[in-house]
Amino acid sequence: MKAPRFDYLRATTIEEATASLAADGHTALAIAGGQSLLPMLNLRTTFPDLLVDLGRLDELKATAETADTVRIGALTTHAAIEDGKIPDPFGGLLRKVAAKISHRAIRNYGTIGGSVALADPAADWPGCLMALGAVLRISGRAGRTRSQPIADVLKGQYATSLAPDEIIIGFDVPKPKAPLRWGVFKVTRKSGAFADSITFIVTHGRGGAASVVLAAATDRPVLLEKTSDCIGSGKASEESLRSAIAGDLSAHLPQADAYAVRLHTSTTLRAAQQMRNQ
Amino acid sequence: MIVSFELNGTRIAHDVEPRESLADFLRERCRLTATHLGCEHGACGACTVSVDGKATRACLRLAVMCEGSVVQTLEGAEDDPVMAILRRHFHECHALQCGYCTPGMLMTARDIVTRIANPDPDCVRSQLSGQICRCTGYAGIVRAIVAAGKEIASVGKAGESR
Repeated sequence: MKAPRFDYLRATTIEEATASLAADGHTALAIAGGQSLLPMLNLRTTFPDLLVDLGRLDELKATAETADTVRIGALTTHAAIEDGKIPDPFGGLLRKVAAKISHRAIRNYGTIGGSVALADPAADWPGCLMALGAVLRISGRAGRTRSQPIADVLKGQYATSLAPDEIIIGFDVPKPKAPLRWGVFKVTRKSGAFADSITFIVTHGRGGAASVVLAAATDRPVLLEKTSDCIGSGKASEESLRSAIAGDLSAHLPQADAYAVRLHTSTTLRAAQQMRNQ
Repeated sequence: MIVSFELNGTRIAHDVEPRESLADFLRERCRLTATHLGCEHGACGACTVSVDGKATRACLRLAVMCEGSVVQTLEGAEDDPVMAILRRHFHECHALQCGYCTPGMLMTARDIVTRIANPDPDCVRSQLSGQICRCTGYAGIVRAIVAAGKEIASVGKAGESR
């Protein structure tokens, strides 16, 4: 179908964007790459009065590396990450995740910031950035800025802590202290579709702390604590791993049917296998 | 609102509604009907064009977002040497049946062979997975793109050795 009528503003400054998003009396939505929002508009599942285009805000494109973090601009596209155009001290994890998002024409526009702001439970970046412990840098009207860890930003299905006037400027992803070992496994019904299950495993060196995040299983990515401890102990047998995953799934997904439990267990075991092979 | 960009080598300007997709803009305002619309939500790939050298779903880009860009449709690739090679292999491999998906297939094929040198069939299948051919003529399409990739790679090598 065709999108409903709306007004359009090509924002030239963060102040202009946040002030327009905050204005009373109308529904305004921020648009970056638009690769999720435009389908929603074309399918008429959303009816904004105003679209605020963030695409020309250079501050949201800046990517930099400091001693402790990689700062990724919110407008960084999946394709740019896939092509290795941003620093990746994460052992290729970001490139692997980016390359598996949808199709190239979508990856050319879809942005990491847009993915997190939309907070689709089955999206790739929210879970991946959670496993890496990323912190969002957020701007609101009147020059207000704040930072918040991604786990606290994600509130549920398409729900975040972002106020109507707030936009994501970028992500500070802590650099690993030891070489990162990781595994990521994603199950989709067909190539490019949203996932039915994704597990991200990140371990800081051999025997270091592990972070296991399961996405697409519930309304937001969840940290599998027992599984993280089990893998972090460095002594995970197949049996202990299965029992840790079962414990986490019953805690986080009490309603899951037998198929969902098998699916998420298998996804997590395969991600663990991939990490062990590194 | 007025939008202005370079379309197939010519600077154009039109007064458009903000909600107008690039695909509708091309077809309805510019009468460039090679760009086809299938699903209008990014799933089928029939409307794939090139914007600033990047493969783009014309249904997932508003015309107003293209301000200042360089847009190329299949019509604009008439004299493009890479497209000439692709067209010939599509013809020889019988890479179309009804032809509805073909403009998007060709634009995507051009993106594949310019980004990836000499892609093998598995790579082409994976890269092409966002393009739907409802006649299911994929075997010929994949063969055509692989053959075109091979020819382009050999032309490149011949060029280097000269």
